Order: sequence, then structure tokens, then C-alpha cells
Amino acid sequence: MIHRLLIANRGEIALRIVRAARELGMYSIVAHSEADSDSLAVQQADESICIGPAQATKSYLNVEAVLNAARQSRADAVHPGYGFLSENADFARAVKAAGMVFVGPDAAIIERMGDKSRARQTALEAGVPVVPGSPSAIRDLEEALAVAEAIGYPLLVKAAAGGGGRGIRIAEDAEALVKQLPMAQTEARTAFGDDRVYLERFISRARHIEVQILGDGERAVHFFERECSLQRRRQKVFEECPSPALDEATRDALHRSAVALAEHVGYFGAGTLEYLYDDLTGEFFFIEMNTRIQVEHPITEAVTGVDLVREMLRLARGEGLRFAQRDIQCRGWALELRINAEDTERDFFPSPGQVQRLVWPTGPGVRIDSALYEGYRMPPFYDSLVAKLIVWDECRDSALRRACRALDEFKLEGFATTAALHRRLLEDSEVRRGEVDTSFLERWLEGQTIPTPSEKEMVS
Amino acid sequence: MAQQDIQAPFPGVFYRRPAPDKPVFVEEGQRVEVGTVIGLIEVMKQFFELRAEMAGTVSAFLIAEETVVEAGQTVATVEASS
Repeated sequence: MIHRLLIANRGEIALRIVRAARELGMYSIVAHSEADSDSLAVQQADESICIGPAQATKSYLNVEAVLNAARQSRADAVHPGYGFLSENADFARAVKAAGMVFVGPDAAIIERMGDKSRARQTALEAGVPVVPGSPSAIRDLEEALAVAEAIGYPLLVKAAAGGGGRGIRIAEDAEALVKQLPMAQTEARTAFGDDRVYLERFISRARHIEVQILGDGERAVHFFERECSLQRRRQKVFEECPSPALDEATRDALHRSAVALAEHVGYFGAGTLEYLYDDLTGEFFFIEMNTRIQVEHPITEAVTGVDLVREMLRLARGEGLRFAQRDIQCRGWALELRINAEDTERDFFPSPGQVQRLVWPTGPGVRIDSALYEGYRMPPFYDSLVAKLIVWDECRDSALRRACRALDEFKLEGFATTAALHRRLLEDSEVRRGEVDTSFLERWLEGQTIPTPSEKEMVS
Repeated sequence: MAQQDIQAPFPGVFYRRPAPDKPVFVEEGQRVEVGTVIGLIEVMKQFFELRAEMAGTVSAFLIAEETVVEAGQTVATVEASS
């Protein structure tokens, strides 16, 4: 059983977990930094405990500080939320060693699925497709050409030590590969001190599609897929559930692959398997797994009617998985718009400030997950996400219209947000048709003209 | 001798080094030119460079490494070379 739950996070997700704990009759304790002592999560929780200074490295990322807070507040379980320590295997292990329940999978699973190359290997073992690529680092040009033939062009030459989009070159054909390979190796050596490179299929029109699952350590069930192709600098901006891109056969195969992989590792808790979907060939490839609750989980809750955070807590307290696959139905369509404290007219410059006036949208099919309140001063130390607007409706078209209506009701004064950007995005014909890929938003932003002040006022 | 304050344009966390395992951008007493990066300010997980606006010598850092800085607070002072 879990009686006293320590919530080692902040912002809207800390509040989200406080709410789930309250509904399950658990006593909630929010661990917070000095900058968050007036947060809504702290106000709503049964108890709160300060874990250190504003800087995340000294508070939310400080394993010892969080563990001490858990011991001091006599917690019997710790929910890590997302980000911070949520996918830190050492933390999960330390929580367990301290005699408490970690709300999430075992440290060994976090390690196995959190490491990209191990996760890829695990997916192959489970028969789940991964992006075609060289199994190990390329030794020479001869090997590169042979491997490239099997993968198919165009392909990416990726530095083994790169990451986050750095150290990547595109080769259109064999001739280009002959030129690119030595350059990529030299570049990798000078940039990362490691000249190993890999080859990987380049998917020119990729969608980001992910499958939500819950597992009890043996059996897993899926909660359909979310599409999160609208991204800026690899950060998701707008998500929907289900995906507008998949036909029934592909959707079914995707879900089955996610369940197979989750069961293969004996997954426990809530998790998300992320895939790239090739819009031109209709193939999907597993890329990585997030072993925690995700920001965009509410859209899955909207179409399935299942409270995922509550289910995580029920699993953690030993209730077992309460669903068979046939119990989980997808009804209607849901969208999530991430509202960030960023000034879209100044290249998304962070805009922390004080909330002067706040009017949330309400009415049918609208949900707000946010820790804002009037008078609240946004600290500058953390993520810029300030609110998630989630809308549900019978079908995609009406959900898009409902999202417009909800944004028109939303008023926030005190700092700039991305709300107005969403309003314009919802009017875009390609977004309306669901014809997007992971580079759509950045192309779209480049083509946007800055709105006149009167337009801006209307939608902000 | 002219002196200029380098102020934080927005609130955040101030860093004197590009990464924890790297040396500081500039030492106290070191010469800087217009545009020399003297530190970083992290605001909402984004990093922005703080630059000298005058050539001279950094006389003092008033904000310690990895501590909180408010908008308008003086981070360092530069003395013009005579």
C-alpha cells in the first residue's frame, strides 16, 4: 500500500499527481525548491518540504536532497513526474533501497530502455522494426558502400558520439557517400574526439508517433497512439490522439509491436514507445522508450477515459493491471496545445513574469493542466511550459474548431506566451488536413509574417 | 578611469564557464574586448551569452558561479584601459 506519496517534481505535473493522489486517498507531499514555495502544487498538497535552492541541480536533480525529504516526511512512495529524476536509474534504485516504492519501472528497465543502442537491440530481439542502419561503426568505405546498399538511399552518416542533431550528414546516393564518409569521420574526430560513424536510413518525411502502454511486469496493454509531429527544435508543441496518418492495418501493427516490446522487457508502470513513421512508405520504426508519464498523456486520457496517473499509482501500490485490451476503447479525438512562456516575436525568447490577469477557457470538452494563478510569479529557472490546453470532441474537425473556441476564451496578461501562435497554426490548411511531418513547424515558422498588433491583441 | 557595469538583461542563473568541466570564460584582471563573452545566463533552460560592451579589464565579478541573478543586477565591472 501507499499512504504517503512524495512528489519529486514541480509545475503542472506536480499538481496533476497531487490530484490523482487525493482521489486515491493518498496523503501527498510535494518536494519543492526555494523558488517554488508558493506554487499551486504546494498549496494543494497535504504537505510540502523544501529540498534546496532554485537551481534544479541543487534541488529537483539532487538525489540525496530528494531522498532525505522522502525520509524526513516519512513517505512510503516517490512519484518522479517527468523530466528531472524520472528516468534516472540510480535514483529509482536508491528509492527502493531506502525501503520506498518508486512509481515507475525497476532501475534495470530504465537502464535497458533509456540507453538508445540497448533499446534498439532490445526492439530487434522483440521483433519490432527499428530504423534500418549499420549494426556497428563503419570501418571503411568498402564496408560503408555494402551496408548502404542494404539500407537504401538517402541515408544519414551519424557520428557515434554526436547527438541532438549534431554530427549528422545526408548522403543522397553512393557517389555522395564516397565524398561524405571521410568528411564525416574527420568532422566527428575534431568535434567529438571519436571518428566512429554509423549509417542510418534517412526518412525525409517522418512523423513522430508514439504508443502509450501500461504494464504490470508481465502483461502490457496499449492505450492507442499519439501523434506529436509538430515540433520546434525537437520540442513537441502540439499533439493529437489518435494519429491522422495511420490506416487501420498499420495502426493495429503499431500497437501490437508496442505491446510485444513492453512484454518482452517485463515492463512495469506507464511508458511510451516512440516511433518514426515514414509518410512516404507507410513503415514505422521504433526509436526510443520513455519510462515515465509524458507531458501529453492527457489526450490519451481524453479519448480512453482512463486516468493514467491514477493507474500508475494503483499499479505501484500493487493493485495489478485492471484492464484487458478489449476494455480500452478510443472514442473521438483529442488535441493538446502546449502554452509556453515564450515570445514568438522574439524568436521564442523566454518570458518569465507575473500573471496579472488570467481567464481559463471552460465549457464542453476543455481541460486545462496548469499551475498558474493570478498573481503567480513564474520563476526563470525551469521549463517554459505554463499550461496545457487539452480539447476533446467527436472527430478531428470539431476538435480543431473547439480548440480555436477555447483559445479565444483564454486570456493571460503579464508575459508573452505561445497561445497566439497556436491560434494561427489551427487555421493552417495543412494542419487542418493533418498533413504534417516533424519539420513542418519550423518550415511554417520561417514562412510566417509577424502579425500586426491589432491581430495580436485579438488572439492573445 | 572609466568603469562600466555589465548587467543581467533578464533574471536567471549565472555561469562563468561554458560547461562545468571547462575553464572560466574570463578571469578577474583579464583583458576583454567589445563583445568578449564573460559568462552565460540560463533562463528557462535556454542559455544566453553575456558580453562585454567596452574594452578594458574585468575588475570584479559580483555574482558567484551558478547563482541566481535578477534582471538589472550587475554581474561584473570592466575598467577601461588607460
